[in-house]
Amino acid sequence: MPQLDFSTFPPQLVWLFITFAVLYGLMAAVALPRVGGAIAARREKIDGDIDKAGALKAESEAVLVAYERALAEARASAQSVLKETTERLAAAAAERQKVLTDKLTAETAAAEKRIADAKNAALANLKSVAAEVARSAVGKLAGENLDEATIGTAIDRALAERG
Amino acid sequence: MAVSKENPLNQFLIDRIVPIHIGGVDASFTNSALLMIIAAGLITLLIVGATWRAALVPGRLQSISEMLYEFIAKMIDDNVGHEGLRYFPFIFTLFMFILFGNLLGMIPYSFTFTSHIIVTFGMSIVIFVGVTFIGLWRHGLHFLKLFVPHGVPIGLLAVVVPIEVLSYFIRPMTLSIRLFANMMAGHTMLAIFAGFVAPLGAFYLVPGLLPIALDVALIFLELLVAVLQAYVFAILTTLYLAEAIHLH
Repeated sequence: MPQLDFSTFPPQLVWLFITFAVLYGLMAAVALPRVGGAIAARREKIDGDIDKAGALKAESEAVLVAYERALAEARASAQSVLKETTERLAAAAAERQKVLTDKLTAETAAAEKRIADAKNAALANLKSVAAEVARSAVGKLAGENLDEATIGTAIDRALAERG
Repeated sequence: MAVSKENPLNQFLIDRIVPIHIGGVDASFTNSALLMIIAAGLITLLIVGATWRAALVPGRLQSISEMLYEFIAKMIDDNVGHEGLRYFPFIFTLFMFILFGNLLGMIPYSFTFTSHIIVTFGMSIVIFVGVTFIGLWRHGLHFLKLFVPHGVPIGLLAVVVPIEVLSYFIRPMTLSIRLFANMMAGHTMLAIFAGFVAPLGAFYLVPGLLPIALDVALIFLELLVAVLQAYVFAILTTLYLAEAIHLH
């Protein structure tokens, strides 16, 4: 078995030591720091990007919250303006209606009074005209003059009978 | 019956390409050394070349390098924790060196330097001595508690402690023989079946194809073994390190 040829041991060990030592030196000093550096740089970049994305997300969420609060405030103020305006308009309408109603009531009352006055005047005229007609008719038909009181009483009675 | 004129073990012969002797020590440049240099060169090319212009979005080679890096880093982090990361370059180099040694050996007519017990033992003994020193340096004589498991009745300690001591001190043997034997057995088997091809094919075509089919299947198995044994060597080293640092 060639593996047990002791004369081959020294050269194999010598070259094993040389090649392994050189390779170890290269790996430890040059190669592995490069690979590790590349991996670390990538991880750093990814972590940085994730952090940046998180910050941007938080910022956009804050903007959204502010927007929603402004929207809610605007909505509330619009609501209050609407309510106030409605109340004001309702009050004004009620006021005007009351004024109008009072005016109409007053006018109605005045008109009714006028009508009643006219009616009374007409009735009074009617009585004196009736009395005159009655007296002249009695004078011409019966040839006698009736005194005013009698005629008046008769007319009153006749008017009362007719309502 | 001789199935082949060529001995299946001849593939493990050490060939002194350039004989060198320094102060009575044979430091000849051999086929083993050549493959070691090719392995180290390819690893350097892969890792350094891939990150020559390290990109944020990695290319193919950079992805391979990063996956290997994170694979070994995670293995150490899981088993040893953060204290273990200072030994990361060593374990990474160890894993890559064995992995490339095993895989380069799969190329026909090349040489598998990990199929030699002296190479695997050389690595194991350095690991064993190093890990023992790390343990003694960190814990002093408390490190000897490693041989006294918790919760064992006093009476049993007389039996358990020698077993623990023995299992600790045969580690360089088990670690090196596992890798060496796996590589040697696989390559010997490939050569033996390859040796059947010509004698059987000399009579009929079909029987000659059978050992070829078997060798094709075995090559896939050997590729798996090549990767697996490199991983086993690296993870056992990591576990020994974890033990030295944490004492169980």
